Amino acid sequence: MRYTLRRLLQSAVTVLVVVTTVFCMMRLMPLEGYIGESWDKLDATQRENRLRSLGVLDPLHIQLGRFYSQIFRGDLGVSTRYRMNIPITEIIAPRIPYSMQFGLAALFFSITIGCTLGLLMARRPDGLMDRFGTVYITLMQSVPLLVYVLIIQLYGSQWLRIPILYREDRPETWILPIVVGSIGGIAGYAVWMRRYMVDELNKDYIKLARAKGLSSYAIMIKHVLRNAFVPIAAYLPASILFTIGGSLIIEASFSIPGMGGLLVAVIQRQDNPTVQALILVFSTIGVIGLFLGDLLMGYLDPRIKLARSGGSR
Amino acid sequence: MDDSTVLSLNPVADDQDSLFVLAEFSDQQAEKTGYSNYSYWGSTLTMFLRNKLAVTILIILCAILVFTFIQPFLPNQFDPVKIYFNENGRFLRNVQPNSVHWFGTNPIGQDLWARIWSGTRTSLLIALFVATWDLVIGIIFGSVWGYVREADAVCEAIYNVITNIPATIIHVLMAYILRPGLRTMVISFCITGWLPTARYVRNQIMIIRDREYNLASRCLGTPTGRLISRNMLPYLVSVLTLRFAMSIPATITSELTLTYIGLGLPVSIPSLGNLIGEGRAVMMDPAARYQLFFPCIVVSVIAISFYLVGNAFSDAADPRNHV
Repeated sequence: MRYTLRRLLQSAVTVLVVVTTVFCMMRLMPLEGYIGESWDKLDATQRENRLRSLGVLDPLHIQLGRFYSQIFRGDLGVSTRYRMNIPITEIIAPRIPYSMQFGLAALFFSITIGCTLGLLMARRPDGLMDRFGTVYITLMQSVPLLVYVLIIQLYGSQWLRIPILYREDRPETWILPIVVGSIGGIAGYAVWMRRYMVDELNKDYIKLARAKGLSSYAIMIKHVLRNAFVPIAAYLPASILFTIGGSLIIEASFSIPGMGGLLVAVIQRQDNPTVQALILVFSTIGVIGLFLGDLLMGYLDPRIKLARSGGSR
Repeated sequence: MDDSTVLSLNPVADDQDSLFVLAEFSDQQAEKTGYSNYSYWGSTLTMFLRNKLAVTILIILCAILVFTFIQPFLPNQFDPVKIYFNENGRFLRNVQPNSVHWFGTNPIGQDLWARIWSGTRTSLLIALFVATWDLVIGIIFGSVWGYVREADAVCEAIYNVITNIPATIIHVLMAYILRPGLRTMVISFCITGWLPTARYVRNQIMIIRDREYNLASRCLGTPTGRLISRNMLPYLVSVLTLRFAMSIPATITSELTLTYIGLGLPVSIPSLGNLIGEGRAVMMDPAARYQLFFPCIVVSVIAISFYLVGNAFSDAADPRNHV
């Protein structure tokens, strides 16, 4: 419990540091991004008036204070270029479900298929399945995801005879984005699961179980798999970060109306406030993901002491 | 032991006296057990050469690397950014691969073969620079973090802040703020890449810093820098080379991602990311798909090669696998 609080505090501090850094860095940007298309039509005084009314010319600490009070009221500012003067929360809100559904589905398939693959690989090291899995993992971990995105998008859509881009009214267009979203994660989980299983199967309690006459199947189900949530939980934070990173190119490639695609779009339009808001959202998701992963791990495996033990150092 | 020693030790049952004769001291015999011709790098090399697949890939990889850097100096090569025209003055638009343009040309008449090697050069230089940087900074930061107790809290805070944000988001943010370009990209990769190395070095150093042999060294007055570099870092060679090799495909992946979403290198500098982006633009035309495939194949071959060679070398460098 004490650990949880401390970890929570740490996450909160991280978010705070990130928000502040991002905000200060954004102030270094050229000021065009705050006015939008009309920048060229205005003369110097008009520009200054506009910027002043937006509060961009105030000293940094005042801006920062105002920014925080806005955030606590749930206000992320208004978009300047992407959709003029529309509150950013209104732009982001309808996109969250898409990104969430997509991310969670990718995560779900990563975990289930990845763990199954790892399990099959560990059952007979150097067997056929193990070799196949190793080749798969090598391909996934070395070749850039973008290559798979493009190839799967191109041939998957031909082969399944479905539209190449995401369409609201065609649920089958979800298939390809989820496939490319999870292939990397599958490899990641398979690595963890295999390593974990191989370690575990050499332990004494497994030998005992075997000695008392349990079948391999029963050992797997009753003993080994129960503990298998630990490696899953251990890899979860990394895979959440991975999914966020991947969502940028996947959503942009399949034109899914989610937050990753939005970030790419607003970056191309140089819409400062929206970029800032999205980066904050993604960073916060990252921090929360790591936090939950750590907690889950401590909860699932009481042997893992997360609080720093004083003795060893 | 050879036969003669065995024979000489074989006692003759009824000759009791001969058993109590002092054995002669032989320099050669004494050396025999005390000396081992084990050498770390020698064994690493032997182990590595035993892995035929890895050696083959290493040769291919070296060939690609050498070719990438000498390609512009070969005769009959095209300029990667020059636009080529046919005799009627129209530019050579989407020419299929032929004997002149080996990989064909792109929609504005640039030679794809030259562009691919130029792009590979750019991407590899970035990747090699970033990998070296990651290794050096990772080792330095990790050593300080693991060795100096007072620095632990500060280092951990820095680590936590950076790792909590997805690396892609940091790259995007940096590129957005500093204007996209080669320098920006290298800076942003340098910010994120060294963290896993530092973490690993820190964990290992914490484990071995207070082992008896280090305690003894410290008591004998070995300077800290030497303690770290001579006593501790050799333990990590295996994993550090692996991290170096892995960070090359990882950097290429990041370059691809960033350039693809428009925050990487400008179109004027050919890079693998740019080429794949250009290939994607003409992807829907089956006749022009070669423009997507060639860069994809080159990227994949390079990435897989570094991955496999890195893994094989790291296995070979692990003393536990030595005979």
